[in-house]
Amino acid sequence: MSIEVIRPGLLSTVQDEGRMGFRRYGIHPGGVMDTFAARAANALVGNSRDAAVLEMTITGPELRFHENRLISLCGADLTATVDDLSVPLWRPVVLLAGSVLRFGRCRSGLRSYMAIAGGIVVPEIMGSRSTDLKTGFGGFKGRALKVGDRLSVGEASREAQAALHGLIVEAEKNNWRMHAPAWYLSSREWPAYHAEPVIRVMPGKDSAEFNEDSLERFHKERYVISPQSDRMGYRLEGAKLELVQPMDRLSEAVTYGTVQVPADGQPIILMADHHTIGGYPVIAQVARVDLPILAQAKPGDRVTFERITYEEAQQLFLEQELEWRLADQLIRRRLAEMGDHQ
Amino acid sequence: MTELSYSWTEDVLSTLGETGVMIRCGDAISEAVHRRVMSVCTLLEKSQLPGILEWLPSFASVTLFYDPLISPYHEVCGRLLHELNKMQVATLAEPRTIIIPVCYGGELGPDLEYVATEHGLTPDEVIAIHTSGDYLVHMIGFAPGFPYLGGLSEKIATPRRPTPRLRVEAGTVGIGGKQTGVYPVTTPGGWQCIGRTPLALFRPMENLPSLLAAGDRVRFASISLQEYLEQKEGER
Repeated sequence: MSIEVIRPGLLSTVQDEGRMGFRRYGIHPGGVMDTFAARAANALVGNSRDAAVLEMTITGPELRFHENRLISLCGADLTATVDDLSVPLWRPVVLLAGSVLRFGRCRSGLRSYMAIAGGIVVPEIMGSRSTDLKTGFGGFKGRALKVGDRLSVGEASREAQAALHGLIVEAEKNNWRMHAPAWYLSSREWPAYHAEPVIRVMPGKDSAEFNEDSLERFHKERYVISPQSDRMGYRLEGAKLELVQPMDRLSEAVTYGTVQVPADGQPIILMADHHTIGGYPVIAQVARVDLPILAQAKPGDRVTFERITYEEAQQLFLEQELEWRLADQLIRRRLAEMGDHQ
Repeated sequence: MTELSYSWTEDVLSTLGETGVMIRCGDAISEAVHRRVMSVCTLLEKSQLPGILEWLPSFASVTLFYDPLISPYHEVCGRLLHELNKMQVATLAEPRTIIIPVCYGGELGPDLEYVATEHGLTPDEVIAIHTSGDYLVHMIGFAPGFPYLGGLSEKIATPRRPTPRLRVEAGTVGIGGKQTGVYPVTTPGGWQCIGRTPLALFRPMENLPSLLAAGDRVRFASISLQEYLEQKEGER
């Protein structure tokens, strides 16, 4: 059974953790922009981390649920409501059959992630359910959602079924359409989301090709995210960056978070849907743990770049992974317990 | 094999984020550098170092992506250098040669006449030169399945169009300066469009999503419009 799209929102796409193993054929990994929020959303409904979620940008959709569903919303606050009641973020929520989930004004962040227990089911292409908007394949028919689309949902995990059952009993007793437990993923666990974020970067392969002044400015001054920014790249406006002398490097691999500087001296940060290779000088690489923060920054937001070493970046990444594994276990236990107590 | 006698030291390795290592194999576009790039790819395929997820060859480097939870950077680099220094004995896979049929000129190749006029040739002469070339796929990138081909004859090298077309159909064979290639998907593009192939270069539903891979040899063969229509592979 399915979830019906009444209004699609500005840009709502089906995404998972991305398409790995095909870069050598020119196919970027893509996938969710905010990997933290998407992973949290999946964990909160008992899904595995690679289940497909809905990524909704600025203006959320309107969705009708035809069955009782356990969902979670993480990331940007797009003021979601059911029957004019606010849907809490960062926690599991049961919506009873017939509910319409509406999104309003964007209060913070840019991209909201909705996970549904069981995950969104679309055909897997090259091992992934992510939508590749640029080439038009994967996800839901290779495109953003439209009015009338129906999303299929897979089978919920044992923990999710227990939680769903517990929450439904409580909701029906009180005649509620929606119900959430008191616990949630605390903001202490989230990345440092901010409208003026400090993004940690490590040196890029061509850092030494830039003149001293430029390197200093890059790490001192604020850069404004330009409106010409999308899932492929964020264009920045600010202090002009210059090379010591023109360089002519052959095009080679780039990745999510690579900061390139074209001839106009204004940096571009490559995001999830980047090309696999690029030829512009690379001044820096965004630390992976800070990519979710960047993914929630919107045009007009001001970014500063703090320098860290490669070792520090890898250490931060490893620590975050280990914390996640623990959090995931705890959340699963909580979900399973909700079936016992309610 | 003199091409392989190259100094594989820590200097050739650099980072690409927390999960990537770039292996520099030279600094020019040449067949020798390309052979070194392909040797490294073969090595990565055979040696199956722990934690390695995928690798991406380009003109003069190979970038591998790994899982630092399995092997941190210094471990990956250590193992890699050890393997690279043993590589002299590695044998290269025999390159595949892929024939790409092309219907030149007409509606499918609206710029063939222009290319011919620019070089004082007849359209048939341009086709003869283009089909006599032996092209090397240096890398795949830019768009899914898009090949960077080396080997275009200077006799038909032609600058890009002053204004790019808003829509170039998938399968279009073009010339852009000293490069020639095939657009795998429909996209805006500024190359001179001289023909179109009925083959699908990007095949998202298949096991190997790209008809071509780095290291392949490519030849173009002229076919008629009738043959083009008969051989046309299904649209995505």
